[in-house]
Amino acid sequence: MNQLNQHPLEVEVVISEVLRRGVYTSLGLIGVGTLLAFWQGDYGSAGGTTLDYIRLVHGSSDVHRSAAWLLNGLLHLQGSAAIVCGLLLLIATPVIRVLISIVTFAIARDRAYVVITSAVLVLLVLAFLLGGAG
Amino acid sequence: MLAGLLGSLVGLGGGIIVVPALTLLMGVDIRFAIGASIISVIATSSGAGFSYVREHITNLRLAMFLEVATAAGALSGTAIAALVGGRWLFVLFGAVLTYTAWSMLRAGQRKAEVALPSKDTWADRLKLHGSYFDHSENREVTYRVARSPVGFLVSYAAGVISGLLGIGGGVLKVPVMNLSMGIPIKVCTATSNFMIGITAATSALVYFLRGHVQPFIAAPVAVGVLLGARIGAHLLGRLRSQSIRWVFLGVLIVSAIQMFLKGVL
Repeated sequence: MNQLNQHPLEVEVVISEVLRRGVYTSLGLIGVGTLLAFWQGDYGSAGGTTLDYIRLVHGSSDVHRSAAWLLNGLLHLQGSAAIVCGLLLLIATPVIRVLISIVTFAIARDRAYVVITSAVLVLLVLAFLLGGAG
Repeated sequence: MLAGLLGSLVGLGGGIIVVPALTLLMGVDIRFAIGASIISVIATSSGAGFSYVREHITNLRLAMFLEVATAAGALSGTAIAALVGGRWLFVLFGAVLTYTAWSMLRAGQRKAEVALPSKDTWADRLKLHGSYFDHSENREVTYRVARSPVGFLVSYAAGVISGLLGIGGGVLKVPVMNLSMGIPIKVCTATSNFMIGITAATSALVYFLRGHVQPFIAAPVAVGVLLGARIGAHLLGRLRSQSIRWVFLGVLIVSAIQMFLKGVL
């Protein structure tokens, strides 16, 4: 492993770091959020028994997803908001990875891969826009 | 967790395990199950990915090159999904998977390496060739990429299929990279594992905005899959390539059966 760390700006190392931090941060957010949610009684009055969980899973109650709810929840240290934040970070990590790799390829003056990676990004945004509309 | 372990080993999403487990065993609404399973795909990809990338098992250039084709394919797939019926497509895909499983089985029995065309201008120009250190064999494995245009086309097709049927294209990409392009199986699964994360992130965001990602369902799934993926990442380096082929073959056959069932029922 150590001989790989000789070039700190190597694309592989940079991307690996981005992924590692993204994964552990979101894991931490989800973990802390789940504990908070238990404590705050989001899992039900009985304090998170199996029955409570089944009720939660089957209830197709509206999933909060507005930015305002998320921000408000985070300010009030709501467990569920921390979970959502962690999940969002997990989703964002691959996208951040694509962005970072464009930059690192550019620094390495690898023009072909700057074009290829940017094409991936453009296609992803297109897919997202189409999917969001449909 | 099992899903993450398996997914990180064979380079696929955990969807073929997570969705049935949530809907059949726990009675979760199918929409929420799919939402959670897409989260699990990303968790597998990123969770195992950072080890694979660092150890150079993932071929980043190959991943980016094929990802263009997959993303373009997925776009066309979603665009034509409204036009064609789904039922016979599942049967067709099941047949393709069966054929793939059969050809992997045959290739596994052959001792000698298949003669590959040694010249691949695209692979040369794009510097796709690579090498990694195999812990189970305790040596540096150097490989050359062949037939990259074929890989590009199949990745496009895999993208179309995932756009049409809503399933990952990994089951197609891994065998093609392994059989046609002459890439070691570990590199195939790690590279495929890397690519599916990018594609899944887009769908996950769409699902999230539609409200199909239930935090209390997705959270335990994500945590379990992440842990499984970490274990898988540690295992991949140490397992023999042949064992990984067998695990992949098993997954391939199960997915083929699932596709036939979806098409017939």
